[in-house]
Amino acid sequence: MAQAPSLAEKNTMKKITLRIARFNPTNDDAKKFMEFNVSYEKWTTVLEAILDVKQHFDHSIAVRYSCRQATCGSCGMIINGKPRLACFTKISELNSNVVTVEPMNNFPIIRDLAVKFERLFDTHHKVKPYLIREDTEISSSTKEFLQTPEELEQYIQFSNCIKCGLCNSACPTMATDSSFVGPQALAQAYRYVADSRDKGKDERLKIIDDSHGIWRCHFAGSCSQVCPKGVDPAMGIQLLRGYMLGFRS
Amino acid sequence: MRESIIMKIHYGTALAAVALVAVHILMRLTQGFAESLEYESVIANYKFIPYAGMLEIILILLSIHGFNGLRVILLELKQGRKYEKAVSYGCVVAMIALIAYGSRTIIMVNTGMM
Repeated sequence: MAQAPSLAEKNTMKKITLRIARFNPTNDDAKKFMEFNVSYEKWTTVLEAILDVKQHFDHSIAVRYSCRQATCGSCGMIINGKPRLACFTKISELNSNVVTVEPMNNFPIIRDLAVKFERLFDTHHKVKPYLIREDTEISSSTKEFLQTPEELEQYIQFSNCIKCGLCNSACPTMATDSSFVGPQALAQAYRYVADSRDKGKDERLKIIDDSHGIWRCHFAGSCSQVCPKGVDPAMGIQLLRGYMLGFRS
Repeated sequence: MRESIIMKIHYGTALAAVALVAVHILMRLTQGFAESLEYESVIANYKFIPYAGMLEIILILLSIHGFNGLRVILLELKQGRKYEKAVSYGCVVAMIALIAYGSRTIIMVNTGMM
């Protein structure tokens, strides 16, 4: 069976140098970079380039991916110094002849570009990311909990979070405070606190009101800048602080 | 104490300190800078109870705000149950010590020890 030509073999296409960080915590002391010359079209994404290298040059490169359409949040990595989704970043829009990919900051590395998501999921779970109320839609006589468009507007952007971890990777507090709850979890706390159907506000505010909770956010705003889904965790955190300081109820 | 209460105190002390330090600076402008630092002038200020009281309040506000800020910085630098406890209690003790040392001057002046 004839094999499809790799992106590296197509001579008519533009070329870049793809630098991939390699690190295996069990064997290596420090990260090292491997360089590959890769051809690209204007629609080629960084993930496609990595998978091409994986297919034709070095199949041992570890990378996590799934949907390839910025929905699953699996392929977060540092691309040319900024946390981005590899499947959502076109090489052509980087305007650079060298594309460097590294694992996300503030996450333990499993190998190469794959990082552990345990802490992200733990903090996400900690803020109770679900509606809390005594009755349910099944038992309620009204059958459904209606919301006005204005009530929906309060939290809808925060429900776009795909848990890719880019915000946590960009957060300067996460870099030094290993116990900080992080922008992802705080934005999700706001998402449910601001939901008119939810009755767990006090419970959630209590959870994030500790020495490594909401007050450790310095409002750098880098979390909002890197979010691929347009969520604004920095704003969510400030709105949440409004509840805690008594400006919102 | 809940972190939100600590942070409310933190923000409150900052705002109050800005207001009182502004009054302090305005009062210092009533005379020349060099003149205001002369020994007799300083002693006179401490003997004027309303002004000495305001200086004492500024000292308390800035100590609370400053040492809580230091606590926050240290908690972000390193984590651990014992370390965090030591930092929190250490900052409270340092804060009390600084307030006591600062208050000592006002008390000594007003009790005739200076």
